[in-house]
Amino acid sequence: MGQKLRGVWVIAKKDTGIYYFKAPVLIFGLVFPFFLFLAFAIGRDISPLFLFPGIIGITLFFTASSVGPIIMPWETRMKTLERLLSCPVSIQSILLGDILAGFLFGIIISLVPLLFGLLGFGLTINNLAIFILGILFSSFCFSSLGVLLSSPPTDNPSNIMMLSNLVRLPIMFISGIFIPIEELPVAGKIIANFSPLTYTVDLLRYVFQGVSYYSVTRNVLMLILFLIIFLVSGMKLHKRNLAKRL
Amino acid sequence: MAWAIEVKNLTKYYGKLLAVDHISFQVKEGELFGFLGPNGAGKTTTQRILTGVIEANDGDAEIMGYNIQKDAFNAKSIMGIVPELANPYIDLSAWDNLMLMGQLYGISREKRNEKATLFLKMFELYERRNQKVKTFSKGMKQRLLLSMALISEPRILFLDEPTNGLDVQSARFIRNLIGELNGEGVTVFLTTHNLEEANQLCHRIAIIDHGKIATIDSPQNLRRAFQKMQSVEIGFATPFDRIDLLEKLIGVSKVKKMGDKFRLYTEAPSRVVYELTNFVRDNSLKFTTLNTLGPSLEEVFVKITEEHIGWDYEK
Ligand SMILES: Nc1ncnc2c1ncn2[C@@H]1O[C@H](COP(=O)(O)OP(=O)(O)OP(=O)(O)O)[C@@H](O)[C@H]1O
Ligand SMILES: [Mg+2]
Repeated sequence: MGQKLRGVWVIAKKDTGIYYFKAPVLIFGLVFPFFLFLAFAIGRDISPLFLFPGIIGITLFFTASSVGPIIMPWETRMKTLERLLSCPVSIQSILLGDILAGFLFGIIISLVPLLFGLLGFGLTINNLAIFILGILFSSFCFSSLGVLLSSPPTDNPSNIMMLSNLVRLPIMFISGIFIPIEELPVAGKIIANFSPLTYTVDLLRYVFQGVSYYSVTRNVLMLILFLIIFLVSGMKLHKRNLAKRL
Repeated sequence: MAWAIEVKNLTKYYGKLLAVDHISFQVKEGELFGFLGPNGAGKTTTQRILTGVIEANDGDAEIMGYNIQKDAFNAKSIMGIVPELANPYIDLSAWDNLMLMGQLYGISREKRNEKATLFLKMFELYERRNQKVKTFSKGMKQRLLLSMALISEPRILFLDEPTNGLDVQSARFIRNLIGELNGEGVTVFLTTHNLEEANQLCHRIAIIDHGKIATIDSPQNLRRAFQKMQSVEIGFATPFDRIDLLEKLIGVSKVKKMGDKFRLYTEAPSRVVYELTNFVRDNSLKFTTLNTLGPSLEEVFVKITEEHIGWDYEK
């Protein structure tokens, strides 16, 4: 167990050193959420209390899920994967390391809009424990989604980037960010259920505004459910496609 | 006798393609074992299974007593590996690549630093240790890969064509090193296309062809066994294509046209040379070349793999 955790940590450290600075990660993990933020906020007269759960949610969603998609295709292309697989680390540890890298990236970058809100807009955290819990599970969940998206055995990172944006953009629009869930039509409310981001943003509303559409328990449980689905299917698919990468 | 590698009935399919076909063999501890075969024979596939990178469809492999599928962690911990097509991380420095490997193998910081310094100096990379591997030549990358394989002080090395594409000096350097490591007791599983390399280095050689082991023996024995397969090569000054006449000569077991020459296989080359000179005189022919060829390891290899003759060559 200790050896396994060490492996996960070493892999994550490797990923932070190499992949945080790759163009697709910087573009879709930093620049893209920043412009979304501008598009979302500028010229609209909405209260920061409504604004910030959405902004922090989007940032966390895009940053945490932007590292995973490029690692496996990149390692396949650069022919570094086989050497890694022949080390005493399992594929599960490798994938968990990749997930951990995205997880940390998501949290660190999301601190930026958070501090912005706390210091500049008088945002207050009403329930720190739930805030931390929500951020941790959300980041873990989104990062696992990123790794799941990289499971097709291609060696072309841009193909996977395309796929992941194809998946992530619609998710963003159905998550009750631009229009709160309670104001959505019935169909919109139903569709919103299928996005993990819905629960993150709803949790953040609870934390900052004190009100939420779903209960805190339901939000956390749904995040955990999505996390398990992404994690298990990601591990399965990667394992199945591994030989095709060599 | 404990085996360093014990392979039983190992089988690998890629879809319908049978890449490794129920192979079995053993490698002794301390042995330098050569793995030879033509392109696509299944060498890399075998090494990938033995190093736990891919899973076999059938059969078992034990490395120093550890089952590679059931006990992968322990098995992998004692191996050093240079895959056929592999690169260090080009975005990391040589030093960081070594540290990464050391950490993955659970080597303590002190030991990591000591070994990394040792190998970087030995492989003449120490001056460039802090540069990104992006800037390295192919030979430098290959030397770094070898350092990465050695940093965990493996008891067994798996090398898949480690000298492929290197200049004469680098290849020689690596060859010498392999010999030295083996001298210190490290078991080596060496896949190579270089028959001279195999001949010089290996205690025993396995020849694999179409996923099957055709033969395993020492280089000397392989050559000796093929003593019966010596040949005489003759080239005529004038056009000549009566293979049937050459086949009738005493002592000739087979004739093959090779370009503008003929190769007459025989157990008794001197007898065939005698017969040939008579033949040439009697038929008023002229020859341009007449050579006897002993079986080099290359010919043994070609013979085994081209004609698919397996163990029965001895009979
Ligand atoms: N990932 C793969 N998917 C499908 N088929 C494969 C794969 N890897 C190898 N093969 C096939 O398996 C067979 C054995 O390949 P392998 O790479 O083991 O040969 P090799 O002996 O190492 O050849 P070489 O000397 O060219 O390196 C070949 O027919 C090859 O086409
Ligand atoms: Mg090969």
